[in-house]
Amino acid sequence: MLCENCKERDAVVTVTQVRNNAVTQRPLCQQCAEEQGVETSVAPKASPIGDFLQAVQQQSLTVPGDQGACHFCGATTRDFRSSGRLGCARCYGAFERSLRELLRRLHGNSKHAGRRYEPPAPELIEAASLVGQLRDRLRRAIEAEQFELAAELRDRLRTFE
Amino acid sequence: MTLDLSLLPDGGVGWLDASGDHADIVLSTRIRLARNVEGYAFTPRARDGERLRVLSQVREAAQHLRPLQAGVLLRVDELPTLDRQLLHERHLVSKELAGFDGPQGVRTGAAVLLGDDVSLMVNEEDHLRLQALRSGFELSETWRAVERLDQDLGGRVPYAFHTEFGFLTACPTNTGTGLRASVLIHLPGLVLTKEIQKVLASLQQMGLTYRGLYGEGSEVVGNFFQISNQTTLGRSEEELIDHLAQVVRRVIEKEEEARRVLLRDAGTVIEDKLWRAYGTLRYARSLTFEEAMNYLSGVRLAVGLKLISGLSVYTLNKLLIFSQPAHLAYLEGRALTEAEAHVARARYVRQALTSEAGSAG
Repeated sequence: MLCENCKERDAVVTVTQVRNNAVTQRPLCQQCAEEQGVETSVAPKASPIGDFLQAVQQQSLTVPGDQGACHFCGATTRDFRSSGRLGCARCYGAFERSLRELLRRLHGNSKHAGRRYEPPAPELIEAASLVGQLRDRLRRAIEAEQFELAAELRDRLRTFE
Repeated sequence: MTLDLSLLPDGGVGWLDASGDHADIVLSTRIRLARNVEGYAFTPRARDGERLRVLSQVREAAQHLRPLQAGVLLRVDELPTLDRQLLHERHLVSKELAGFDGPQGVRTGAAVLLGDDVSLMVNEEDHLRLQALRSGFELSETWRAVERLDQDLGGRVPYAFHTEFGFLTACPTNTGTGLRASVLIHLPGLVLTKEIQKVLASLQQMGLTYRGLYGEGSEVVGNFFQISNQTTLGRSEEELIDHLAQVVRRVIEKEEEARRVLLRDAGTVIEDKLWRAYGTLRYARSLTFEEAMNYLSGVRLAVGLKLISGLSVYTLNKLLIFSQPAHLAYLEGRALTEAEAHVARARYVRQALTSEAGSAG
C-alpha cells in the first residue's frame, strides 16, 4: 500500500484518528509518519503485547472532551502512550473517550458484561485501614524495642477486636 | 538462603500432583483476577508509601478470609535474588512481582500471600492479582476457588470499579473482568506432525492466545503451551471460561489424534526417539535446561503413549520444576556456575529416574 501523504513510499503504519466521532484511517510511510509525530518503532506484531502497544501508540493524542492530564495522579496521555499503563482508576474518567475507542479495538467491545460490584460500607473500610496501620506501627515499635508505645498500640487495637 | 519452602502450604507444589483431569496432557490450570484498591494510584505510578498502605490494608483483610488465614505472607521486596527466582520458577510469583521484568527491580511493597488453594500477589502491575492454580484440566473448580476469594476480599477492600468498563486495571488489556484463565498444555504430537502452526493460528482467530511456560513474553520450551483468553471485556467471566474450555477440549482431541497417527505411521521411529530421550536423561552427566526440557517432553509423551511404564506423571512434573537453576542451587545449598548447574541437573534427573526405574523398560 502506498503512503497517503507522499504517494511515493510504501506505507508502514496506519494512523487511526477520531475526530467529531468520525474515525479516519490513513496509511503512512515511516518518514511521513515521523514528520507528523507518529511513533513507528513499534514492537513486532507477532506478540499480543506488540499489537496492544501498536494500538496504544496509534491512538490520536487528544480526543475532544478528554482532559490533558488526570487530576488525581497527574498522568498525561503522553505517559500512557509511552508506558501503555494508566496511572490510576480516575484516568479512566479523564481519558474516557479515547479509552472507549481503544478498549473497543482491543476487546471488540467496551461494555463490561461480567460480575457487578458493590464496594463495602465506608465504616468497614475505615476501620480495616486503621487496624492495618495500627498493626504496622505495632510491628515497627516492637522491632525498635519501643515497648511503651507497643503496649499503647496493642490497647488501641484491642478496642477493635 | 532465608526461604524455608517447607513452610508453604503443600510446599507450593500441590498443583504438580497430576491428580486433575487429562493430567498427562494438561499440566495445570490457572485463573487470575486483576483488581485495584480504590483511592491509590496504580502500582507502577504509586509512591512507596501508597504501595505499603495497600499492603497493610490487604494484609488486615486477609486475616478474616478463610483460605488466606492459615497462609504465608512473603515480603518479596525483602527477599534476596535467589529466593525470588525460586518463587518464580515455582510459578508462585510472576516475573514482574519478582523484579526480573525490567531495570527497576523489585518494587517496595511487593508481596505474595500463599493460601490453601489460592494465592494473592500484592503490588504486581495491579494492586491485587488473585489466583488459583490446579493440577490438570480443571477450569470450573479453579474458577470457583478464585471467585470465592474475590467476593470475600472485595467485601472488605474497596475495588476500583466503573459501571461501563468494569474492574479497572493498569493495562487496558485486562479491563472489565480482569480475568485471565490459562491452561498449560503439552503438545508434542501436534509439534511432531507439524500440525501445531495451524492449531495456534486458529486459537488466535477464536480470541485466544498462547505463551510459553512462564506466561507473558516467555519462549515455548519442551512443547509446553499456555493457552489463555485474549480479551477480558464484553463477555462474562463464565462465558470467557466456557469458551476457553471448549477450545482446549478440541486441542486435546487434536493432540490425541496426532499421537495416534504418529504411532500408526511412524511407530518404530517414534519409539526409538523417545527411548533415546529417556536414555539420555537416565545417563547423561551434564544437561542444559533446554536439553532437559526437550528430553522430558519426549519421556512425557512416551508415558502418555504407554511405551514407558512405571514412571509417574508426578515425577515428570517435579522434574520440570526442580531442574531449574534456582531450584538446583537450593538443593545444593549454594550458588552454582552455569557448568555446575548442568552437572547438578543431570545428577538430579538421573537420581529421580533411577529411583522409579523398577518397572521401566
